[in-house]
Amino acid sequence: MTNTAVIITEYVYLISIILFIVGLKKLSHPDTAKMGNLFASAGMGLAILTTLFYPIETETNNYMLIFAAMLVGGLIGLIAAKKVQMTAMPEMVSLFNGLGGACAMMISFVEFYNYPAGQSLMNGQILTTIFALFIGSISFTGSLIAYGKLQGSLRDSLVLPYPKIINLTLLLVIIGISIYIVSLPELSFVWVILLLVFSLVYGVTFVTPIGGGDMPVVISLLNSFTGLGAALAGLIYGNQVMLVGGILVGASGTILTILMCKAMNRSLLNVIIGGFGTSGGASGSSKDQNVKEATYADLAIQLKYAQKVIIVPGYGLAVAQAQHTCHEMEKILEAEGVSVKYAIHPVAGRMPGHMNVLLAEADVPYPQLLELDDANREFPSTDLVLVIGANDVVNPAAKDDPSSPIYGMPILDVAQAKGIVVFKRSMSTGYAGIANPLFFNAKNSMLFGDAKVSLQKLITEIGNA
Amino acid sequence: MDGLITFLASNLLMIYILVFAIYLGMEVISKVPTVLHTPLMSGANAISGVVVIGAIILVRQAEPTDYLVLTLGFLGIALAMINVIGGFSVTDRMLEMFKKKKR
Repeated sequence: MTNTAVIITEYVYLISIILFIVGLKKLSHPDTAKMGNLFASAGMGLAILTTLFYPIETETNNYMLIFAAMLVGGLIGLIAAKKVQMTAMPEMVSLFNGLGGACAMMISFVEFYNYPAGQSLMNGQILTTIFALFIGSISFTGSLIAYGKLQGSLRDSLVLPYPKIINLTLLLVIIGISIYIVSLPELSFVWVILLLVFSLVYGVTFVTPIGGGDMPVVISLLNSFTGLGAALAGLIYGNQVMLVGGILVGASGTILTILMCKAMNRSLLNVIIGGFGTSGGASGSSKDQNVKEATYADLAIQLKYAQKVIIVPGYGLAVAQAQHTCHEMEKILEAEGVSVKYAIHPVAGRMPGHMNVLLAEADVPYPQLLELDDANREFPSTDLVLVIGANDVVNPAAKDDPSSPIYGMPILDVAQAKGIVVFKRSMSTGYAGIANPLFFNAKNSMLFGDAKVSLQKLITEIGNA
Repeated sequence: MDGLITFLASNLLMIYILVFAIYLGMEVISKVPTVLHTPLMSGANAISGVVVIGAIILVRQAEPTDYLVLTLGFLGIALAMINVIGGFSVTDRMLEMFKKKKR
């Protein structure tokens, strides 16, 4: 490799790194976010091009194979990104993330395979590779499990017996194998495969016990794992752009994970070892209590003559694809002189910010969206709150039942309003699997059925009223 | 132990970069509104696809007859490209919606 080529390569990598950093910075402000994404993708494009064409000593290149792989992967990614429903965004991100982890895993596996025979393994190179293999594998299988759980093909109730013991044992076994590999006089491939298998299994057992509302936190955590995997691979190759790009994601992903935990008032450790989804439902033997059922005609009249209505949208609204119908009803009510706003809980939907994306898709104007604190200030002066497909984010147990698994999570305090109507399919518990005493509140009535169908019927009734 | 020390000594600069990048990554997004958590996670996720570079280097250096490496390399590139292209496009789609409602 000529000297000039090396220097050019290194400096183009530097430009890529700067684009990543500026991109991430811009991504964290609403006004510049779109530009930030463009910056980051430009950085990536530049880094890939440079890697493809900088001169290397062994001139095999295998370009046909590389281009074929890039084309196949790129096309699949593009189609998946265009086709995916906005509601399914969190699981898509999780799936993408797992694939990145798989790549880190494969690279480190090949690194072992290429390791010269008869050489001692007691060095930093091998330690880094072991760590990269471990992290990449967890990120891969862990993300797939998270994907399956969010998508609904894996039941949340799927629990391991004694998850803490299993996880701790597996971790110790993995550390043991790693130490053994390094202490051998030369590389034993069998043990590398064992390490790989145990790491893959650990990814599964790590994510399986975590469920319910904690899934976004796990995805964010796995995202930072993939970043770390990329950074370690960068260290193995002595490649700065991989190192910095990976570490940026690793560090910012960790911060993001912590921010998400804060939004739910939970600690990261609690999420990982807590076993959230399993202990719920204990509070309140609610079967004897009475639930009022609303009728469409009544509700239509109440809405039409209300001064102020706040809608609390949840994942149920998204699943029913009712965001457009909801926006339609809101416009009709506004035309009748009713003030309609939306109260968005930080973790509404499946991921923080997810609900904002969905409502934006339905063209709901930005000023109509209230954040948690503003919404709670407005509830006392609100005539009617419509809780559509939301459950855990309005559960008063988080406020006054210390035994509840979600105790301490800030909620939308809808009970302050003059009247509440909960749109729900059935009386079942929410995503977190916890009973909701709000349903039995004297001010509350229930409207059962699919959110979209209910809203359509309601629109018709408002027209008749 | 010697191997470890040699590694640390010869990668001193990389380790400096590593430490600074950790700090930078934490600073860069320390204040981000909840609205942007999902797009930011998705964008960061796309950046972590930078691991594709490792897979490209791997295949470029591989012997044309080394089928195990070529197969794993092919898979690695394809999977990481799904992560990169898919990640950036999905982020763009999400942010497109925020832009629309600004008007």
